[in-house]
Amino acid sequence: MDIPLLLLSSFIIAVTGLFFFIWSLRKGLLDPDAAGAKVIFSPGEIGRVEEPAARAATQRELQRAMVFSPGEPDAGELQARLAADASSARPAFVLLGFAVFWLLVASLAGLTSSIKLHEPDWLTQYAWLSFGRIRTIHLNAVAYGWAPMAALGVALWMLPRLLKTTLEGARFAVWGAILWNIGLAIGIGCIAMGINDGMEWLEIPGQVGVLFAVGGAMIGLPLVFTLRRRKVEHLYVSVWYMGAALFWFPVLYIVAKLPNLHFGVEQATMNWWFGHNVLGLFYTPLSLAAVYYFLPKVIGRPIQSYNLSLIGFWCLAFFYGQVGGHHLVGGPVPEWMVTLSIVQSMMMIVPVVAFSLNQHLTMRGHFAALRHSPTLRFIVLGGMMYTLSSIQGSFEALRSVNTITHFTHFTVAHAHLGLYGFVTLVMFGAIYFAMPRILSREWPYPTLIAVHFWLVAIGFAIYFVSLTTAGVLQGFAMLDASKPFMESVRVTLPWLEGRSIGGALMTLGHLAFAAHFLLMALARGPKRSGAAILRPLARTA
Amino acid sequence: MENHVKLISGAMTTLAIATASLVVLPYLQLRHEPPTTGLKPYTEVQLRGRQEYIRQGCVYCHSQQPRDPSQAPDDQRGWGRPSVAGDYYYDRPHLLGTMRTGPDLFNIGARQPSADWQLGHLYQPRAYTPGSIMPAYPFLFEVKSEAAPGDKVVALPPQFAPAGGVVVATQAAQDLVAYLLSLDRTFPALAPLADAGPASK
Repeated sequence: MDIPLLLLSSFIIAVTGLFFFIWSLRKGLLDPDAAGAKVIFSPGEIGRVEEPAARAATQRELQRAMVFSPGEPDAGELQARLAADASSARPAFVLLGFAVFWLLVASLAGLTSSIKLHEPDWLTQYAWLSFGRIRTIHLNAVAYGWAPMAALGVALWMLPRLLKTTLEGARFAVWGAILWNIGLAIGIGCIAMGINDGMEWLEIPGQVGVLFAVGGAMIGLPLVFTLRRRKVEHLYVSVWYMGAALFWFPVLYIVAKLPNLHFGVEQATMNWWFGHNVLGLFYTPLSLAAVYYFLPKVIGRPIQSYNLSLIGFWCLAFFYGQVGGHHLVGGPVPEWMVTLSIVQSMMMIVPVVAFSLNQHLTMRGHFAALRHSPTLRFIVLGGMMYTLSSIQGSFEALRSVNTITHFTHFTVAHAHLGLYGFVTLVMFGAIYFAMPRILSREWPYPTLIAVHFWLVAIGFAIYFVSLTTAGVLQGFAMLDASKPFMESVRVTLPWLEGRSIGGALMTLGHLAFAAHFLLMALARGPKRSGAAILRPLARTA
Repeated sequence: MENHVKLISGAMTTLAIATASLVVLPYLQLRHEPPTTGLKPYTEVQLRGRQEYIRQGCVYCHSQQPRDPSQAPDDQRGWGRPSVAGDYYYDRPHLLGTMRTGPDLFNIGARQPSADWQLGHLYQPRAYTPGSIMPAYPFLFEVKSEAAPGDKVVALPPQFAPAGGVVVATQAAQDLVAYLLSLDRTFPALAPLADAGPASK
């Protein structure tokens, strides 16, 4: 493929896009106040806040912070929502429990590998603790443990609510989750022993991957069944994201793991097609689905521009799949492919701006609600990190920027902005909202939620700033041929130590979170209003 | 959207386009790319060493893809000419890497052809490169009171050698070094296909 052809096709795509835009304006698709956005509310419910993670008094303050007065929701629909929650409670709890376990494993492995980068003679006697393995354990525990278990658990919990029905085939999900986690435990064991397939994000041996495939399919089954017995006419945008992600991921994984097919440089392009799309076509849509549900739900107000969210969906679907090649800028791969990926990376600005504009407009005038809602704090901050990481990613793909940042810690910092700043924070928020409904019990110590939030927020800020600085310094040192290579190592050292401090704070936050989760699961701690949380109307009315 | 079949079909179409452009087309384009002239297949020992390189996760800190001089001064650092697709003909899995916490290793065999240096460096990187943050790999070695016949004794600077004993390289360490020494693509690359060369011109 040559450059003129590429330019011509991108021109044609742009013109088509323009016509589509004009058409959508004519059809009124961009008008605010679309009916679709109100699907997640029962009649009369708009204006009423919902925040199961907060104390009763805080919930009343949250309601006061929102200016409009609540209506009286439809009792029948609320009853149906209780039934929906009851049907998904067990599988959602199992998945979230696994997620929290892997979060702890991943945090400890991550912190260990971070320390090892500036203390290279620490714990060197044990092969499984060496940097190359413990770092990989960290990545896989996040990529196949924490992130998908949390995202799928939240998805299982949201879907019956969104479709106003009960979850069908919940048992499949429970067994699927067990299979998946057996596979993951074996996979992590293999990595610890040095048995792996040798590609980033695809280390777990293909033979073990079969357990993922079967387990993942079983987790997906109830979602497909439930979709078929939906009682709503309109599929809310969260359903789009979740539905698409559930079909995207298996294809990614199967194509990537096809044995004896990929080779040499072609394998490298496949590797980054997979590595990037796991983020963009699996964790990102599932997390966006959570934002699009929980944000309006907490503040009792539909999202500002529903159709903007739909544009965001199709742009993500179109552009994100092709951005992976920017990991190979300057590499021995076909130039047209890298150029294509750079163009699509820049195009990703469109859905990101669509999302952030929407989030901002929905929150505008209501930012005071952040003071009263733990869920909202995590979700809104996570949403902002999505904007930041995506915009950063788009510019990072440009050759001029990439020359400096490629091969450096900058990339690692960027990956954490997406997977931690965005996905993980959103999942924390979603879990804080869902758990009281899943267990019909309040969070025993709301103060711990605040402790968790500030530890991870401050810890991550330190982490991100340190590692980004390390990457930029390293990149510039490496581009200056008059400096010896060791200079690019030396300049990063204080910043790598900073990263460990940030990582330690984040780990502490996760310990607080996991302890709180455990206390709640074991029904320990004070019961202020018991299951009253299931009747939020009585207290706010 | 009222129809979930349409939704999923649309979603799968976009993924198909992405797969076609980032997986299928590169496959078709590179499938018949011959090995670079001068590139030799790995021997059995080198392949075992390559497996050891994967086991220890060396790829997470070392790339194997020198960049074009117009983009980065990789050649001035002695890392070699920009790599081309044919250089990876025998590489399964690929080990291109994405990090340079340590230097690029595409031509490490030409840069440090001494097996003794490589072994000693694996045992204690700071014995050879002060300030290095590469982990030490003591578990790839045995410390014995004296060497048995056939043992590969590692020559170390005196201050890094264990008191009252010798350091002996395990088979794994020797395999790994055999692989590292095989990394030598200093032969010239034939003019690559017009559109398969390094990305930066």
